[in-house]
Amino acid sequence: MNETVSNGKFGQSVKRVEDARLITGRGRFVDDLVFLGQTYAAFVRSPYAHAAIAGIDLASAQDMPGVIRIFTGRELADAGLPPLPSGWNLSSTDGTPARVGLHHALAVDAIRFVGEPVALVIAETRDQARDAADAVLVEYQELPTVVDLAAAIADGAPQLHDGIAQNRAFEWEIGSSAEVEAAFAAATRRVTLNLRNNRLIPNAIEPRAINVQWSAFDQAMTIHLTHQNPIGMRGFFAFMLGLPSENNLRVVSPDVGGGFGSKAPAYAEEFAVAFAAKMLDRPVKWTAERSESFLTDAHGRDHLTTAELAMDDDGRFLGLRVHTLANLGAYISTSNALVVSYMYATMLSGQYAIPAIHARVEGVYTNTCPVDAYRGAGRPEAAYLIERLANLAAREIGVDQAEIRRRNFIRQFPYQTPLIYCYDSGDYEGCLDAALGLADYAGFGARKAESQARGKLRGIGLSAYVEACGIGPSKLLASLGGGGAMWESCEIRVQPGGSIEVLTGAHNHGQGHQTVYAQIVSERFGVPMNSINVVQGDTDRIQAGTGTYGSRASVGLSAAVHSCDKIVAKGRAIVAHMLEVDLADVVFADGIYSSAASNRTVAFVEMAQAAHGAASFPTDQIEPGLVATSFFDPPNFTYPAGVHVCEVEIDPETGVVEVVAFNAADDFGNVANPLIVEGQVHGGVTQGIAQALWENALYDPDNAQLMTASYMDYGMPRADSLPEFGLCFWPSPTPVNPLGMKGCGEAGAIGAPPAVINAVCDALGMDHIDMPASSEKIWQLCRARENS
Amino acid sequence: MYDLGYSRPASIAEALELLQQDDMAQLISGGQTLMPVLRARLAAPSQLVDIARLDDLRQIRLIDLGIEIGAGMTHAEVAASPIVRAKVPALAALAGGIGDAQIRHRGTIGGSIANNDPAACYPSAVIALGARVKTNLRMLDAEAFFAGMFTTALEPGEIVTAVQFPACVEACYLKFRNPASRFALVGVFAARLGSEHRIAIIGGGNGVFRWHEAEQHLDRGADIDGLDAVPLDLSNFTGDIHGSAEYRRHIATVITRRALATLS
Repeated sequence: MNETVSNGKFGQSVKRVEDARLITGRGRFVDDLVFLGQTYAAFVRSPYAHAAIAGIDLASAQDMPGVIRIFTGRELADAGLPPLPSGWNLSSTDGTPARVGLHHALAVDAIRFVGEPVALVIAETRDQARDAADAVLVEYQELPTVVDLAAAIADGAPQLHDGIAQNRAFEWEIGSSAEVEAAFAAATRRVTLNLRNNRLIPNAIEPRAINVQWSAFDQAMTIHLTHQNPIGMRGFFAFMLGLPSENNLRVVSPDVGGGFGSKAPAYAEEFAVAFAAKMLDRPVKWTAERSESFLTDAHGRDHLTTAELAMDDDGRFLGLRVHTLANLGAYISTSNALVVSYMYATMLSGQYAIPAIHARVEGVYTNTCPVDAYRGAGRPEAAYLIERLANLAAREIGVDQAEIRRRNFIRQFPYQTPLIYCYDSGDYEGCLDAALGLADYAGFGARKAESQARGKLRGIGLSAYVEACGIGPSKLLASLGGGGAMWESCEIRVQPGGSIEVLTGAHNHGQGHQTVYAQIVSERFGVPMNSINVVQGDTDRIQAGTGTYGSRASVGLSAAVHSCDKIVAKGRAIVAHMLEVDLADVVFADGIYSSAASNRTVAFVEMAQAAHGAASFPTDQIEPGLVATSFFDPPNFTYPAGVHVCEVEIDPETGVVEVVAFNAADDFGNVANPLIVEGQVHGGVTQGIAQALWENALYDPDNAQLMTASYMDYGMPRADSLPEFGLCFWPSPTPVNPLGMKGCGEAGAIGAPPAVINAVCDALGMDHIDMPASSEKIWQLCRARENS
Repeated sequence: MYDLGYSRPASIAEALELLQQDDMAQLISGGQTLMPVLRARLAAPSQLVDIARLDDLRQIRLIDLGIEIGAGMTHAEVAASPIVRAKVPALAALAGGIGDAQIRHRGTIGGSIANNDPAACYPSAVIALGARVKTNLRMLDAEAFFAGMFTTALEPGEIVTAVQFPACVEACYLKFRNPASRFALVGVFAARLGSEHRIAIIGGGNGVFRWHEAEQHLDRGADIDGLDAVPLDLSNFTGDIHGSAEYRRHIATVITRRALATLS
């Protein structure tokens, strides 16, 4: 705790200031809030995956104790609640806009996935709402379902949306197919890979929650919402609810217990609750139960991909051809058109100089929960593909997996890939060598022999990932189909007593913003960290913002740096008057203003008092007060990269894979707080290992029921299944922001899956195994090999 | 959870009276199965009759046969008991490996065997060791107590009060965990009682059963490596998303061999 009374410093491992409160149960989450006249919501959800709604009988439910009102989809639509907006306008290659299946907050005529909300019950207590929801009788006419991607685009497949043939929402491509054809024609070697990137369920520790207050008198609404982007949600909700303006809506996100992307979309349930609160004129609260989270929190990944890599005889990559079917689920969730296109296919160059790349992505509707951003959002899918191909290439050419990467690394920066991105900086081979050193790659042979002596198969796998973070600039994203707004803002208010408020539009849901923002401001002003409050997540307080996703700390912190610079500069002007010296002679260091022309010095806090006192400088030249606001729009993405090395031991008798070592060298540029960054890598790597070995959202192919709808069946990672991670940083600071930071939030989840599967394939001497590499799958493979 | 009542009787007799008066009442011990069921609204008892803290059910003692464990003893208490550790160390180890720390401090041996989840650990030890189940009405042999998954010989108004185990230091319980739930995908309790081998398997899906062919194989003095060739009826196993019947059978064979290898 002592760190907070001392000054922070960029790059220091300061313990997180928010943790004492959170781990002692004093966090303040949406579900903790109860307002005067509070009511509670419960949803009636479809037990079927595809059905027409033939009728809804509310009679017995309406008479149950405590029931205030029950809403159906038809009623909300008639009252003016529009279908959910699409957050990204993607066009197919032929120029036609994506075919968007109408998504009503409550189903109107049909439901398209298990758990889709059909009616909304508002009651005096949570239990009464649930009891009444159980008593709502919905008459469904079951329709045929489709889960499998290939089946969904086949002729005669069950069709989810009227007028959207073969469930294809869009067919989008990037890169030059002609150049790729030429590359393949010239190539002497090639490898082909068919893979499935398994569907994941995000499992934030705090479920989704909303509590809505409406004041009919002044037509004003306050929404407390657990979300990664509360400031951004204001516009969405104001539009959906038909409020006169955004000024009639306040959105507040207090503590948020994790998100991993699943708290970035705008969800059906939240719109329905807010609209109902407005109609009822009473506060309405809804908190998802865990089973609702499994069924309806936007899922992640779910690709079916075919890829071919063309090479010369030395294994130099010449061309890459990729075709991906991306499972959208039943509807296009807020950002998913972006995730499966520009966040995925643009990353397919990986760390390699590949002259020609062409990727085609088809977005496909199925009777499953909508998919959206999940830790990495498209980038893990790309890294998994290219890093699996790299190992296949090494096998094909007969060289070591490190060597094939060395032969193809990008070595000159900036590097323009064939797929939009221009990598600004990096040292891929340096990172590789650092990771191989950490992992004692040279000693693997001896360890393998030792495992073999115990009857175990040992394997080692590398992955060399690169991703795109700190998303921006706004103009580029707008040109690709988004709404722009990829900046972040920061306002710094220095109070007369010297305490400081830092207001950011980014929203902490586990990243440690309270600590890192305070560290940076503390260092810049030379004041103790405990004089700084970081304020977030309230549209009544925050000037503007775009939220937290895509490792955007570099964007928000850059805005903070610019505001600090403005404050310091204003301070110099004030101090010049106080010391009666030339402005050019005033310097600021370690919290003290001084001048060679004066014996006096002015501490930052004294300057702040003077700024507010406004008596020691001419207010016609310098405005009183000490507030600065900055908006930072990044001139480019940042491109964090790294090399992960996984070592596994497989019991051939049972097929069980044990991760015995995991080492990573990451280039996050400059690191603001190594302790926090290591924690981010630990969490990301854990999720990545889990995708490779355990996690798998499974729908029944016959009826599209979610078969992994609880922790009994969905394989979450646990600490006792993981080794001690070995980490190091190999920074190449980026020039695109003033801090040289690249971002670290997704890295582990991107780098780990291919490293694990490469290790498993290495142990088994096989080309490929789909994730998750379950013990039975491996046992069957071992047995088939024995028998052949 | 649906609205329900709760009572904590002071004795077995009082508990029985409550059950008699109310058809919809439900006994609860540690609640580690029942509470999730209630929370998911999969059951709607009128009231819970909590017997977890009855003194009569809360002791572990030496008896002529070996040890007697009160039905209300938690897994953590069984795991830590010096008596259990001395007389049936494999049973203490089994109890110490159930669920996680929170579950072990709530869940009870009586609740576990009365529920007879096909993936529960305790039934394997009860069967393999030929334990006896004591109720308020009678004493039941292990084989007579379990009657297929989630089913026992317990009659309405009958409560498990204790389980009696013979002393046995030559035993080993191994389980192969389902990576999601951490329940046993397959568990094997292997024991040597005098010259007799006993092997009980759980996790197959149909409830605990003995692998008689393997027992006979071992009783004949045959090598444990030969177990792979000993027939193990596939119909004892069912498949699900976590493992096919064939895989479960294979794992049962492997961990039986590994469990036996730990015996002297």
